[in-house]
Amino acid sequence: MISAFLILLPLATGAVSFAIRSSESARRFSLLSALLTLGLVIAGLLPANASSLALDLPWLPVMGSRFTLAMDGMSKMLCLLTALSFPVIFLAMFRQSFRSPGAFYGWMLLSQAGLMGVFLAADALLFYFFWELALIPVYFLCSTWGGERRIFVTIKFFLYTFIGSLLMLAGIIYLSFQTPASSFAIRDITQAAVNSPNSTLLFLLFFIAFAIKMPVFPLHTWQPDAYEESPSPVTMVMSGVMVKMGIYAVVRWLLPLFPSASVQYADIIIAFAVAGMLYASLIAMQQNNLRRLIAYSSIAHIGLMAAALFTSHPGATQGVMLQMFSHGINVIGFWILADAIEKITGTRLLNEMGGLAKQAPRLAILLVVMGLANVALPLTNAFVGEFMMFNGLFHYNWVVAATAGISIILAAVYTLRMIEKVLYGTPANLNQPIVDLSPNVTWALIVLVILVLIGGIYPQPLIDLTKDTVETLTLKK
Amino acid sequence: MNAIIFSAVWGVVMMFGGLIAKNKTTITYLAIAGLLVLTGVNLLHSCGTWVIKVDTHETLHFDSMGLYFNTIAFGSTLLYVLLSGKDIERAGVHVAEYYALIFFVLCGVSILTSFNGLLMLFLGIEIMTIPLYILTGADKRNLKSNEASLKYFLMGSFSTGIMLMGIALIYGATGKFGITLGPSTAPSTGLGFRPPFLEVGGLLLLFVAMSFKVSAAPFHFWTPDVYDGAPAVFTSFMATVVKSAGFFAFIKLMDIRTSILGDSWMIILPMVIFLTLLIGNITAVFQQSVKRMLAYSSIAQAGFMLFALYGTSVLSKEGLVLYAFSYSIATIGLFAILIRLKDYSLDGFNGLAVQHPMVAFSAAVFLLSLAGIPLTAGFFAKYYMLAAAVRAGGIFWLVIAAVILAAVSVYYYFRVIQSMYFKSGTPEWTAPVGKAFGWTLLLLASILIYAGLFPTAVLKFIYF
Repeated sequence: MISAFLILLPLATGAVSFAIRSSESARRFSLLSALLTLGLVIAGLLPANASSLALDLPWLPVMGSRFTLAMDGMSKMLCLLTALSFPVIFLAMFRQSFRSPGAFYGWMLLSQAGLMGVFLAADALLFYFFWELALIPVYFLCSTWGGERRIFVTIKFFLYTFIGSLLMLAGIIYLSFQTPASSFAIRDITQAAVNSPNSTLLFLLFFIAFAIKMPVFPLHTWQPDAYEESPSPVTMVMSGVMVKMGIYAVVRWLLPLFPSASVQYADIIIAFAVAGMLYASLIAMQQNNLRRLIAYSSIAHIGLMAAALFTSHPGATQGVMLQMFSHGINVIGFWILADAIEKITGTRLLNEMGGLAKQAPRLAILLVVMGLANVALPLTNAFVGEFMMFNGLFHYNWVVAATAGISIILAAVYTLRMIEKVLYGTPANLNQPIVDLSPNVTWALIVLVILVLIGGIYPQPLIDLTKDTVETLTLKK
Repeated sequence: MNAIIFSAVWGVVMMFGGLIAKNKTTITYLAIAGLLVLTGVNLLHSCGTWVIKVDTHETLHFDSMGLYFNTIAFGSTLLYVLLSGKDIERAGVHVAEYYALIFFVLCGVSILTSFNGLLMLFLGIEIMTIPLYILTGADKRNLKSNEASLKYFLMGSFSTGIMLMGIALIYGATGKFGITLGPSTAPSTGLGFRPPFLEVGGLLLLFVAMSFKVSAAPFHFWTPDVYDGAPAVFTSFMATVVKSAGFFAFIKLMDIRTSILGDSWMIILPMVIFLTLLIGNITAVFQQSVKRMLAYSSIAQAGFMLFALYGTSVLSKEGLVLYAFSYSIATIGLFAILIRLKDYSLDGFNGLAVQHPMVAFSAAVFLLSLAGIPLTAGFFAKYYMLAAAVRAGGIFWLVIAAVILAAVSVYYYFRVIQSMYFKSGTPEWTAPVGKAFGWTLLLLASILIYAGLFPTAVLKFIYF
């Protein structure tokens, strides 16, 4: 039952939140709801509650779809990531006020419910349902509270993902008719997909949907725009948690469903992913806009994860598991800092900043730590995952690994350049007095920094948590 | 049978009611009462009670599906009158006659859901469309309305002629009007197979005529002009109840007969579906007027409904009922809002969410349902249609094309949402937007959401 409550709690509190008028109470209410969800996830992680995680209820008997939820290691980890991100984001945004706050936090909580559903669903139609449900709140959030070009950017983002998910739906319907009893249960669907004669076409239908979501080069063009124009908390959710939907879906659905096709097309996909890494890193180097820089850096990181997934190397898959969590933590931290910098300086252009380190020491320390985590320095959480992924890539093909390795250097270049431009040099002439990070932002970031360090020094708990997913995937191969 | 008799009688009652009742609101109440009676007697029939026992000599055949469809049609009309009754009163001077014509249309609808022979099909189609020619021209002093009416009438007459020709050919081939196949035309395939050309020709002519009635491409050219020219309040009725009934008849007709067309059927139908989806969706993208956009979107939706013609499985029939249900409710709701706006263009919707949050929310749900987003009835409607096509097999390319074009439809439906929610402005209304109006819309929206979570709730009544 715990798994059902993970969806129901944000859903219900989100719906209630729409009725709240005052900004103060909306913030408190949503923070409380997010903390409760976090508590639920932690309760779910306890071994004592392992039996109460799965759920199977009849939903649409005529179609053969059931309301089935299941939680394996990867689901647990991503639910934990989702449940951790939202309180941190709400805490960091605690001092900011939004127009019609009730609706804003309501949509945020609804998107959390959709995300939880995606990570829990063990029925293909239910999965599709939540996949879309996670998208709709983001559409309204970006379009209402976003920047200047929000309407164009959001519809672009929405159409991109919607085309992908509809293609996936066509594939799901086709597969469901291949099962003996027109079922959508993950086991039946997998069986049907493995035996299907059209697995190449179906593989493509699913892959496009997931590749758009991740995003893999060249289907990434919605992403920098969307990240730049969305309100900061939404960007954090999108880049911290939502892109993991794509990777999660590859591990949960694509690889088990089409084992032969994913080996067959691995070369092409890895080539695209690695090309995307280099391409995104090069663009990030040239970026003057802080938000676009982080967006492109995120594309580069996701590219590495996508490439590692298709190497069929168990170590690399394990690395992806770690990196999904670490990337979520790091990128949310980065966005919190970017948002704070923007609020402090009033600009998002790097060449208009400078010399913040003197006036804002707390910001400086935290930005450097997060920056080093972005470069995957040893002792930070990203190092372990990246090391494992590169190891897998190296086993797959050393040329690919070497090419991908260039992006590590480039990552150091653009991250350090960004740190330098923001923190050091001559203080820029800004129209407003410089203030350091406010306490709530500092605390949110300290939580993240602790997680970064734990992940870097002792990642074993996470590895243990996700081991079963990796093992099942390897066994299927 | 109950529905056919009562709708015809109540149409006459409405006509004479116009002589007695001078107050327009009284006439609307009379019509609402009539619709309640109509729904009631139809439900009685579904339970097996005939108010008047009539022997139709098997020219009409009543099954639970047809009767359920009647209920949906009458229910939609009832909601339509509740929402837009005030606007019907304002459409012109002869209010009682408008209602009388609407009841005659419903009479045609109930014949179309129960016909068992081509002659009855023809009668039903004519009884349904002739009142519509008049309603289209209801705004007598408006040139566009007159043009639309004349155009509709001329084009409609042609298609009627084609239909009659088709019926004549089939009668010539088989010697009967029944829709079931005779033994002489038992389906066969293979090298020596020669289809009976009179029957094939007749069937193709019928296909063309019915495609015209449901505005499937390439026979759709009348639709945008007629829907745009007619008073918006009658467009709403035409695009929903009438169109769904046309589809119901189409599927009933083609269900059994397609087998004699053999493989060529699998070439004709996908082409028509593809063209309808393509033309409807792509043209709708470029419309600035929401009314015209909805006209093209109705063509696009017709493309999806045509999937039900792959009548090999029960999926397609269930799907059609669900589609008619969700599409009618969403379109009636949207039109009810549109009718009351002064400006039919996209900009006319600017800032609706601030002015009337409840109306805007309902409109958003209607649009999401039309676009087929999960959690609304429209999703399962589309799902059933796609599933019917996948089950039929062999046309997976069309399914993929359909989903991509469905994504295109998101673009133009969401433009209205963008106007309502993300642009500022103050919509101007021709009639005040009251509390009751908002709550009725919200009721429609919640029906759509409920059916989007539990489509079984709608479907289980088919097998009453």
